[in-house]
Amino acid sequence: MQPEISSRPEQLPKGAEVRMDVPALELLIEALRERGYRVVGPVLRDGAIAYGPVNKVGDLPAGWTSEQNPASYRLKRRPDNALFGYATGPKSMKDFLHVSEIRTFAAEKTDGLFWILPASEPPPRYAFLGVRGCDIAAMLVQDRVLIGGQAADPFYEARRRNCLIIAVHCTEPASTCFCVSMGTGPRARNFDLALTEFADSDLHEFLVEIGSEAGAEILERIPVTIASTEMTSRSRALTDRAGQAMTRHLDKDRAVSLLRENFDSPQWDRVAERCLACGNCTMVCPTCFCVTFEDSTDISGQRAERWRKWDSCYSLAFSYIHGGSVRSSTKSRYRQWLTHKLSSWVDQFGSSGCVGCGRCITWCPVGIDLTEEVAAIEKANSAARKEDS
Amino acid sequence: MSSKAKRKLKLGVFKFASCDGCQLSLLDLEDDLLSLADAVEIAFFPEASSKMKKGPYDIGLVEGSITTPHDAKRIQQIRRQCKMLVTIGACATAGGIQALRNWHNLNQWVGQVYAKPKFIHILSTSTPIAEHVPVDVELRGCPINKHQLLELLAAVAVERKPNIPTYSVCMECKRRGNVCIAVAQGVPCLGPATQAGCGAICPAYGRGCYGCFGPMESSSPKILAVHLLAQGNATEAVQRSFRTFNAWSEPFREMSEGKGTE
Ligand code: SF4
Ligand code: SF4
Ligand code: SF4
Repeated sequence: MQPEISSRPEQLPKGAEVRMDVPALELLIEALRERGYRVVGPVLRDGAIAYGPVNKVGDLPAGWTSEQNPASYRLKRRPDNALFGYATGPKSMKDFLHVSEIRTFAAEKTDGLFWILPASEPPPRYAFLGVRGCDIAAMLVQDRVLIGGQAADPFYEARRRNCLIIAVHCTEPASTCFCVSMGTGPRARNFDLALTEFADSDLHEFLVEIGSEAGAEILERIPVTIASTEMTSRSRALTDRAGQAMTRHLDKDRAVSLLRENFDSPQWDRVAERCLACGNCTMVCPTCFCVTFEDSTDISGQRAERWRKWDSCYSLAFSYIHGGSVRSSTKSRYRQWLTHKLSSWVDQFGSSGCVGCGRCITWCPVGIDLTEEVAAIEKANSAARKEDS
Repeated sequence: MSSKAKRKLKLGVFKFASCDGCQLSLLDLEDDLLSLADAVEIAFFPEASSKMKKGPYDIGLVEGSITTPHDAKRIQQIRRQCKMLVTIGACATAGGIQALRNWHNLNQWVGQVYAKPKFIHILSTSTPIAEHVPVDVELRGCPINKHQLLELLAAVAVERKPNIPTYSVCMECKRRGNVCIAVAQGVPCLGPATQAGCGAICPAYGRGCYGCFGPMESSSPKILAVHLLAQGNATEAVQRSFRTFNAWSEPFREMSEGKGTE
């Protein structure tokens, strides 16, 4: 028999673990919406499970998962009705917090005077439902770049300050994932709430871990019960198994010195023969933060706007300085991306720029795999060493 | 306000071998036509008005490719009359779909099509404007994107640099929030080798990019072709996908001839 709802304290403490069923999840989504959050979570869209607006449990991709390989993503049916039984998709929290295009400024000239127009609308308050350990880690990487410091971005910060994070621990990574190597998953950290989904038995239920005051507050009127220790250990077992199932690996500490010392690796030429310089890897990467600012005026010449847009180190204009582009070859652009991501990022921001989500592998239209490139650079490096000695 | 800013730009629109679609983008600017008319004097635009003023022009928009000896001469005159020469569309910038003739024996076709072939005076190739005269700005596409045209005119009007990106369609596709149809659905898409500017319309509607904006900066169609072949697409289909609106522009030309994918 389930204990009575009233048998738990009104406000659960941070660190508490409770049990929740699907109808209670519905109430949770409702509670978020009532508090003015825009709930963003997994939805089926254009052949993928992508983050989008969620208004009810029915919007979640029940019974669907994804099969991912380099340059390939396919939806697949699951044997159960799991709502969160997939790995990372084409979008990340970056799409909502560090939006792809935003007008940062507008001005108008009337009667010889110059008017600065107010920003269009207040930033939305997002509640992210179903995000993963790697997603949250990527957000923290962006925080280090975009909040405070040299590249502080008020638009990012405004969205970020307001958001609530309801993670779901990953129990079935994709073949492209390597979060264990990067220390970011499969168990999520730094959440307000974190769910483990149990969809295999007749009881479709969740373990909910409370990670913050805000998380506890949102659970206040949701009918949950104190979780059994058995449930807690089942959750650990699931994420442990997920971690062991991961097939891709990358030595993140080794990569820092390896890439620093292999500016001249012959592997850069080899990858340049396969890379399109299309920029997809940077667009999907949840940590890539580079933007360009485009100024424009309208045809009357009386109105000006400034837009911030995602940019990429794969474009020629990105490294354009007086006289031309510094990185004119595809080789130099791929090298810049990988070396920054895995090595100089650490010098610059104190952590790796990669969280092991595997998006750049899946969504590269020709399936270039950074873990393989690093391995090949390591191989070329040891071959060169042998020759030297 | 300075008198310089007040002076209207004098615009000429010139047509060569083309379908008129790109010129019509100018008329298609509905919402902005009035303010456009304040900033720009449309001095020569036979498609829209019978009033035709003589040059010189501040800007010449050139549509179409060079396919006749007469046009080859005419473009020289037009170039001399335009301070800034802008090619609009795939015909003017790449030779257009009519450049398919460049791979064939034209005389034979003329003989088959026309009753009196001797009246037909044409060149054996369809070539882009830039093969004949220096071009200042290219607006790509079949047809061009009207917003890019407006952006160009607005920029010239205040003497600023126009925002005309030369990177891939993928960049626009991702910014637009599309789920990549190449990766998620296996649809062949030329976006990773094609220049942005269209706003990634085709992928947004579930169709692979046809490459109508032509090769992007450092375009690598061969890498894309090799991948499309590995995915099981027929060699002929892959080669033909590069032989459309921009067939004559390197490096699509080579790809359509099958170089590197034999
Ligand atoms: S580099 Fe690739 S695997 Fe690493 S965080 Fe970016 S998209 Fe994910
Ligand atoms: S690695 Fe892949 S996604 Fe990135 S620029 Fe090269 S081809 Fe495009
Ligand atoms: S759908 Fe085409 S244009 Fe869009 S990201 Fe994929 S390959 Fe690039």
